[in-house]
Amino acid sequence: MAELLPALRTPRGVVTVLLLLLLAALPLLTQAFDQRYLLSVGTRIVIWSIAAASLNMILGYGGLVSFGHAAFLGIGGYAVGILSAEGFASGWLQWPVAIAVAVVWATLIGALSLRTRGVYFIMITLAFAQLVYYLSSGLAAYGGDDGLNISRSRFPGLIDLRDKATFYWLCFALLCGTLWFCSRLVHSRFGYVLRGARSNELRMTALGFPVFRYRLVAFALAGGFGALAGILLANDGAYVSPAMMSWVKSGDLIVIVVLGGIGALFGPLYGAIAFFAVEEFLPPLLNLMHRGWGEYWQIVFGPLLVIIALYARGGLDSLLGRHHG
Amino acid sequence: MMDYLLIQVLNGVQLGLLMFLLAAGLTLTFGIMDLVNLAHGSLYMMGAYFAWTLIGWTHSFALGALLALPACFLLGVIVEVVVARRLYARDHLDQVLATFGLILFFNELVRAVWGPEGRSISVPAFLNHTVTLLPGVAYPAYRFALIVVGTVVGILLAWLVARTRLGMLIRAGASNRRMIAALGVNIELLFSLVFGLGAVFAGLAGLMAAPIASVKIGMGDDILIVAFVIIVIGGIGSIKGAFVAAMIVGQIDIVGRAFLPDFLKTFMGAASASAAAPAISQVLIYIVMAAVLVWRPTGLFGQRT
Amino acid sequence: MKRTLLGAATLAAILGCGLSPALAQQSIKIGFISTFSGPQAAIGEDMRRSVDLAVEHLGGKAAGKPIQIVYEDDQFKPDVGKQKSEKLVQQDKVDFVSGYIWSNVLLASYKSVVDEGDTILIGANAGPSQIAGELCNKNFFSTSWQNDQTPMAMGEYLNAKGVKNLYLMGPNYAAGKDMLAGVKRTYKGKISGEDFTKWPDQLDFSAELAKIAQVKPDGIFIFYPGAHGVQFLKQYVQAGLNKSIPLYQVFSIDAITLPQQGDLALGTLGAQEWVNDLPNEQNKRYVADFKKKYGVYPSYYGAQSYDAIMLIASAAEALKGDLSDKAKVRAEIAKANFKSLRGGFKFNTNHFPIQNFYIQETVKDADGKVTVKTIATAVTDGKDPYYEKCAMK
Repeated sequence: MAELLPALRTPRGVVTVLLLLLLAALPLLTQAFDQRYLLSVGTRIVIWSIAAASLNMILGYGGLVSFGHAAFLGIGGYAVGILSAEGFASGWLQWPVAIAVAVVWATLIGALSLRTRGVYFIMITLAFAQLVYYLSSGLAAYGGDDGLNISRSRFPGLIDLRDKATFYWLCFALLCGTLWFCSRLVHSRFGYVLRGARSNELRMTALGFPVFRYRLVAFALAGGFGALAGILLANDGAYVSPAMMSWVKSGDLIVIVVLGGIGALFGPLYGAIAFFAVEEFLPPLLNLMHRGWGEYWQIVFGPLLVIIALYARGGLDSLLGRHHG
Repeated sequence: MMDYLLIQVLNGVQLGLLMFLLAAGLTLTFGIMDLVNLAHGSLYMMGAYFAWTLIGWTHSFALGALLALPACFLLGVIVEVVVARRLYARDHLDQVLATFGLILFFNELVRAVWGPEGRSISVPAFLNHTVTLLPGVAYPAYRFALIVVGTVVGILLAWLVARTRLGMLIRAGASNRRMIAALGVNIELLFSLVFGLGAVFAGLAGLMAAPIASVKIGMGDDILIVAFVIIVIGGIGSIKGAFVAAMIVGQIDIVGRAFLPDFLKTFMGAASASAAAPAISQVLIYIVMAAVLVWRPTGLFGQRT
Repeated sequence: MKRTLLGAATLAAILGCGLSPALAQQSIKIGFISTFSGPQAAIGEDMRRSVDLAVEHLGGKAAGKPIQIVYEDDQFKPDVGKQKSEKLVQQDKVDFVSGYIWSNVLLASYKSVVDEGDTILIGANAGPSQIAGELCNKNFFSTSWQNDQTPMAMGEYLNAKGVKNLYLMGPNYAAGKDMLAGVKRTYKGKISGEDFTKWPDQLDFSAELAKIAQVKPDGIFIFYPGAHGVQFLKQYVQAGLNKSIPLYQVFSIDAITLPQQGDLALGTLGAQEWVNDLPNEQNKRYVADFKKKYGVYPSYYGAQSYDAIMLIASAAEALKGDLSDKAKVRAEIAKANFKSLRGGFKFNTNHFPIQNFYIQETVKDADGKVTVKTIATAVTDGKDPYYEKCAMK
């Protein structure tokens, strides 16, 4: 808490607080202005922020580029989906099971993948993700790649996830929880070891830290939080499909994390907003300039990514000024 | 039965050689410039589209294809100078991001210029028949030509890398980039050449695949993953590794598709075998890659760091 | 500072963007979701052209009100399709949603439109069994077909033709499996082999074609939509199999792929519910005008989309432009009182059409151009096999 107050006086702090307030009030605002669609967009942004935050744990803090992160979203979503299809509608059962499965899987593949480095790590994480993807495509009983329409998780007597505003606030609360967890992680001994290993692995090992084990734990945590995002996605659309975990989605997640600022606490949030804002508003903007151009928005978005990769090192977060301390 | 087996093996060889052409360029840029180039699949696609246009102008498959190669080289150099050059010093993440952006750009560009319908390149008339390799074994001439071209290119590349100055610089660059810069070699020129060369190989693979497949938007994006799997299995930076891995992947793929269903039927019901075979076939190369990496974390012929 | 300004501008844009469309409820607004980018964009283009032609044929109006079409691109991804569907229903407040090429996109968007959005959805292509059966909904109508019906029709035809054994090939995803399962429902001969190929990245069918050459069946049945149909056909001909083993297909050869397949497709037989030479006035006009305006022939994707617009217009006319009572609109749509390109048109209890299926052969027309010609009717007044699972009776 002590580190919060001086941070709030910086431009970054101001923007972040305003953003959080806006997000917290979103259901009320959209109700007032009759903009139901914006609430849908907002829900999606919040859920993807959680997903990006989970990737940030290993990518940002750990420096491990995982190209298979969307698989954890898929595992979370499908666990909920399959349990729902089999009649287990209670969220109290579904959600812990989903997260547990993802953590176990993450630990298993992490143990194998973390033995490699650099691009080999990227590829092996991709391979495991493709495995999960094709497995779910092959589950004919659960729709295969047609996907599965499910009912939302039930929390009897507590909350009704079918209400859009309630669901949004739940996602927002979980996002705040995830970001709080990340901040605790970053400033803990665990976090320092992880970040230290990112800059200089040899040194950390020489200092006696079992770097492999720390990374494995981080990987498992990332998997668990990724599954959380997947659970929320499944409840958002009442639908799961293998497309949730295609490698393109993993790529999108990486884009979001980098856009927002790798290793920055609120980076995932800025990144998700930027990513979805571009998808929503670039086409109409282009259409304003010339009718029919809006359809080719990716001709602009592509080079935009290139420019960001080249010139906006540190992503959006870095545009908000330097970090203090 | 032996004839059938021979045909399937040839199919595997042909597929492997095609994949080798694609993977060679990728492993070169990766090995020497340490550049993760997701847009390599786009270069493959552009080769096919250039060929389509040029074949249309010249009314000759051979001429159009030959002219497409320098066009690919030029495109490769342009992409290198404008984008890739600035990414060498960056970490893999920035490279992934930037080249991901290039994929989107090229896909939309192709749609804007050539339209969404996709194009078709026919097998040239002089190759539109079957060759009789052995009595009773008829193999499509075009695919046979692919095997020949792929082999020739492979030999040329091996000669280039092992016996020319350029090849020596490439091998040196793959092991220690800074050293050759320190030795006064014009690194920028070398990198542009290598990138351009990679583009030529990718484009060649694209235009050679076109008569069998089709010329469509995003045609390189799905193949790209397989190419990455191949260079990882082979070891990044190693042409030999790319070749061996491509051959392995080609054979596994074909043999898997040809014999797996029947093999599974020996101990599974016919229905389950039909359902399981393609699923297994699909993940087979990933399992092989994961297994290779667990055994040798830098691939079969990769540099041990 | 820069970012703060950017952030403020974005927020302003977000709030401002939504404020526009509440005004234009004097028009009939139809949202249309299809694929306009990536390798499948040609299909979306065909549908869009047909929709535009339909609006043109209607004079831009129905019941005196202007027709406004809002096109959205699903990018071939179910989550994007759902997002865009929500936008159409919640932000653009359309009166109807139509389109949907892909089953998974439709299934992902379904609830948002027909349940939460209480908006009528006229499916113009995708016909998954779930929506024909247990997920049927009073707000959903289809102007296309249910996935199983077309291959079932082909199976019936093959029985009638006396084809003794058949080799099946299709891609390994939901639609592919449905198609192959569909033909097995009705086909009574022997299945000499069944191959599922990798989807979407299998470039090369040489292994499977070599197997077929070994087995020598009486015929090959395939389902390879879009560019894959082009690929398969080329390799089938290159392997010399077209000389000895006839090819039967569904959705692998259509007006969009035919220009690329050309002579290679000659002699193949396919099943479809709409054929370009159906002998009714509106179909002749549609095909002729489409060819005149765009230089190419329309495909069944387009024909289904055209029908969807005409269906909506007919309901609007019947209600004299008053779409406020949704129950009445649904009732009018269910009557299907419009001139369909298929001639007569009526809905089954699950809101899928009861219709004929025809067999087409690829031939050369009088000008030497490759086209398709109807040679037989395989099924008359066919119903899909799932309607009994639907709760609506």
